[in-house]
Amino acid sequence: MKLKELESHLQEVEGFEEPKILLEQYPTRPHIAACMIHTIASSFDDIENRSILDLGCGCGMLSIGCVMLGAGSVVGVDIDPDALDTCQQNLEDFEMDNVDLINASVEEAGLLFRNKFDVVVMNPPFGTKHNKGLDMKFLETALKLASRSVYSLHKTSTRDHVLKKAQSWGAKPQVVAELRYDLPATYKHHTKASVDINVDFIRFAVS
Amino acid sequence: MKLLTHNMLTSKAIKQVNTGYPLLIEARDVKVSEVEFNPEFIAKIIPKVDWDCLRRAAEQLGHLDKIPASVPDTYENQQEFLKQAHHVLLEIELINGDLVCPESNRKFPVTDGIPNMLLREDEI
Repeated sequence: MKLKELESHLQEVEGFEEPKILLEQYPTRPHIAACMIHTIASSFDDIENRSILDLGCGCGMLSIGCVMLGAGSVVGVDIDPDALDTCQQNLEDFEMDNVDLINASVEEAGLLFRNKFDVVVMNPPFGTKHNKGLDMKFLETALKLASRSVYSLHKTSTRDHVLKKAQSWGAKPQVVAELRYDLPATYKHHTKASVDINVDFIRFAVS
Repeated sequence: MKLLTHNMLTSKAIKQVNTGYPLLIEARDVKVSEVEFNPEFIAKIIPKVDWDCLRRAAEQLGHLDKIPASVPDTYENQQEFLKQAHHVLLEIELINGDLVCPESNRKFPVTDGIPNMLLREDEI
């Protein structure tokens, strides 16, 4: 499937009915999700027939993208049962039957599985809502759960820290691309509807 | 929740639980659906499947007759076996019921196919 086709399909994915600000809930933009998944598939052969974990799956944007490009199986984990409801609705609308969902937090996730997935994909919370360091908690957990690679998004401003930490955890990180991202408004006193930040799309090789 | 997923799940995050595997299934609603057969993928994951756990799970869902007793040596080339494995791993789903930790007896409810593995603060 071509990138443009994937993106236009992902535009049909329903977002959160009532996004929970404290969980930093927002759907990954279809354009970004499509670029991510398409690159993972074509440049790294990490989608087709792979077992994939979508950590913090939210409404399922990345999971759906993975299925569209031929993932063997996908498991989506999220802490919010309402998000999982939306995700399940999306999976039904897209008639996808090989995605399983689990309601769990990143704390439980590290010990939840007896064996590893081939690949972990995620767009973790950036830690901007009184949850500083949460993106690194996601990364640490993801690295424990993948046997081949982890693909993730992190603020470019934290790049050095992310790369160093990943290496200390035994991974070989590679910044695949730098993207521009509009993060939705946060507190009531913020006047802009969204703010643009630079985001790194990073591949962490585990094996 | 498919049996492929159940085959991976543990309750090890609960403190004082050693292995937390396999989780027992108390099934209330089970669904059988049709999922596209991908023999290449099934052959890849067979080595990762705990076959005893899978058999017990199939039994707890009332589908023991569907699962071969063991994995044949040349399973990669046996279409019939791969098809049966595919059926048990991906087409039989627990919709409502509970998963039970074998050590602590802690129940994890499964609702609409989604297991709730969230733990309380005092359990971690």
